[in-house]
Order: sequence, then C-alpha cells, then structure tokens
Amino acid sequence: MNELKITCLHDKHTALGALMSPFGGFDMPIQYADIVTEHNAVRNCVGVFDVSHMGEVRITGTDAERFVNHIFTNDIAGAEYGKIFYGMMLYPDGGTVDDLLVYKMGENDFFLVINAANIDKDVAWIREQAATFSVTVDHQSDHYGQIAVQGPQAEATLEKVLNIPCAELAFYTFKEIDIDGDHVIVSRTGYTGEDGFEIYASHDTIRTMWDKLIEAGVQPCGLGCRDTLRFEVGLPLYGDELSEDISPIMAGLGFFVKLEKDDFIGKDAVARQKAEGVARKLVGLELADKAIPRHGYEVVTATDDEKVVGVVTTGYHGISVDKSIAMALVDAEYAVLDTPLRIHIRKKFFPATVVKKKFFKKSYKK
Amino acid sequence: MSKIIDGLFYSESHEYVKVEGNIGYIGITDYAQHELGNVVYVDMPEVDDEVTAGEEFGAVESVKAASDLNSPVSGVVLAVNEALEDEPGLINKDPYANWIIKVELSAPAELDDLMTSGTYQEYIGE
Repeated sequence: MNELKITCLHDKHTALGALMSPFGGFDMPIQYADIVTEHNAVRNCVGVFDVSHMGEVRITGTDAERFVNHIFTNDIAGAEYGKIFYGMMLYPDGGTVDDLLVYKMGENDFFLVINAANIDKDVAWIREQAATFSVTVDHQSDHYGQIAVQGPQAEATLEKVLNIPCAELAFYTFKEIDIDGDHVIVSRTGYTGEDGFEIYASHDTIRTMWDKLIEAGVQPCGLGCRDTLRFEVGLPLYGDELSEDISPIMAGLGFFVKLEKDDFIGKDAVARQKAEGVARKLVGLELADKAIPRHGYEVVTATDDEKVVGVVTTGYHGISVDKSIAMALVDAEYAVLDTPLRIHIRKKFFPATVVKKKFFKKSYKK
Repeated sequence: MSKIIDGLFYSESHEYVKVEGNIGYIGITDYAQHELGNVVYVDMPEVDDEVTAGEEFGAVESVKAASDLNSPVSGVVLAVNEALEDEPGLINKDPYANWIIKVELSAPAELDDLMTSGTYQEYIGE
C-alpha cells in the first residue's frame, strides 16, 4: 500500500478538528461536526466539501471526440461547448472501469473527472486505449483542487461569498472563468441530490475559496454525509454499486449507456445484457425494523435462511427518510418491486421489501 | 474531554458497568459514544438472555458503522432500556444515565478484571 496522499486543503481539515480517514488513497475528512448535522445542512441550506481527491484528465487532439466516444458509454458526439455528461468506461466484458463526468471544453477538447480510488487504473486504461488515436492524454489531477458547494442555498452562496455569478448555469453545464489569472471551472453538478456546484481550480484558488466559505459560516461537510446524501437519492458509488463485476445495466444505469451510437468498448456485452437480461440487478430494499443493513450483508429469501439471493452494496438508517434502507445486488428473479426478502444482520434475519432505489427525491435546478 | 464517573467499572472495549448489590447496569462510555458519533440503532438482547464477560451481547450502530457491544460481566438480562428503541440518540446525550441492559451478576468476582475510573482515564489517554 502506498503512502496516503493529501489534498490541498488537508491542513484546513485538521485545523477544523475533522475526523480523518483513508479514502481512495487519500487522507480525507469524514466529518467535522457530525454526519447528521452535515447531511441536514446540505438538504436544507448549504455545505462545502473538499473533493480534491477526484482525478482529472484532459483529452485533446484531432481524434479527441471520436476517442472519448470510444471509451465512454454516453454519447458526446456533436455536443455543445459547456455540456457535461455522466457515464462509464467499460471493459470489453461490460464490467465497469469507472463512472465519470466528461466536460466538453471545446472542439476535440474534453475534461474527464474520475474517482480518486481509480486514478492510476483509469489513466493507464485511457492511455492504453489511446494508442491508436491521435490524441493527447494529459493527467492533471495534481494541478486541480476541487470543492463542491451543495444545497438549496448553493447558488446564493456562490454569488454572495465567492462573487461567482451562476444563476444562469443550467444543470449539467459549466463555465470557465478567470479569477486573478487562474483558470477556474464552475459546473452545476454534484453528488448529493441537491442543487449545487463543483469548482475546479489551482490549489491556491481553492484554498482561498474554502477560507471564504468557512468564514461566511458555510458548514464544512465530510465524506460521511457525502455517502448518506448520494445513497438516499440512489446515486451509485464505484466499488459498491459499480465495479469490474457490476455493469451499468446491472446497476440500473442503462440510461447512460447509448447503445444506438457507434462502437464503444463493452458495447457488445452490455447490448447482450440488455437484450437477454442480467443475472443480478441492483434494487432498493426497505426494512420494517430499525436494524441497519451494511455493505456486504447477505440477502436471503422470505422463507429460507440458507438461500442467499443477494448482497447489500450500501445501507444506512436514512437521515432524510428516517427508515433503514439499502441498495442490494440481487438475483434477477427477486429484483421485482414489492418482493419480500430478508437481510441477515448479525444473528437475525430482518424482513425487507424491494422498493425503488430513489429513497429520497432529488431537488435539482433544471 | 470525555466524562468518566468514579465508582463504575470499565472494559477495554469501552463499556461500563454500574453495580448496585448484585445488579449491574451496562452501557457504553462517553468516550465510546463520542468516537461512534450519532447513534441511530441499538441492537439489544432479550430479557432472560444470558450474557458472558468479554462476549458480544448486541451492537450499537452509528450512521457510519456497527460496533459490537461486549458484556463486561456475566449474568442474566433483567431488563433492556426500551427508551433506546425510540430514541437511540439518548446514548449521545448522556451515556451514563442511559444504560443499555440491566443484569443480575452471576460472577461478581469478574469486576476485579475491569478498570476503575482512574485506570480507564489512563487507558483512553486523555
């Protein structure tokens, strides 16, 4: 195991007394106050996250658009400048390399945002695929810091505290601005189910912004509530709901896999999965009891303790929904709404019902 | 700085037992509740269940994770704190007032194996 990396805001977190823990190879803040306070700040007001651990890769060159469309499941062909796309990179067998955002920066110019834990793997994968294309793959993770300002007050916060006009930015679009000579990307995206923005800039600029936000009283939020927030609105986390073994079709993310576009890596495999059905599917589970399902707990049928038909990928006692809920990968025949199942929690089996994965309604500003 | 109460007995896994005669009230320490964060569920045994010193008898769950509860003493469960079923966060508010189980001690000599308040203070290093 390599030594833990730190973000450009690491000293700020320790000064705020954050509980720190390894995540994706970085020493990251889990919480500053407590998860419930931070979660509710984002749902009801505004919070700021350090997400500088995320990786950035810039793809340019005459084949850039063709290349990105070749490695990415969503369709970026002919996209307008300023658009952002969510999708996945797949292995030929349909397993997921990573889920990512693609920013259209210009003609044959794309900015890819990838998961921290996958940076080395992704960059190697992208470079390997790029060999037969006329593109430049520029790994820029060390240059960019990133903060996410999330919550119903995010827009007002950006405008008032950071003096960044953003009311006109539509969901899943971005703009580039200059702040004291520094190139800054401001995008209306997030991972909480609330309205919000993600800002990419040099370390110095991100540090200045962070200080301004904290001084203005914006709640610093750790990865603890980032997970509870994204989970409640059914957003996947790579490693839990997506992996080398879990395709986007299994995860119910087929919307982001554009089978009608030209060939892309993994297309044949996911097309087959879509046509023939998959062996396991991701579902939501709601428990009647307050016991909490956790990652890795077994899912069994309603009647047979021995018959394991699935596994919990993420589970919590929901903070905004106040129920014990889980996402689980279950055998397809049980992945039907209202199916009664049970989750093995410590020594007991707790009844759970298959429900939609969106436990809590998103509040995006479209 | 975590609150520690004189006269209680403390385990290495951060449970306490408050002894009155042959009755013990078992809960988790202030240090433990602080380390856990928001407690959202307490998995408790049933009345008349037997608990054994050093062995798991339930779990306390924070938002992020489940932690086993280990019994500091052996005995029979006389009562569970039902208030925690509706309001598990009481453990965060006052872990010493909100014990988890009440047991009848079957081997009071086991108390000698536990830490006193002074030793526990040193143990948590605050």
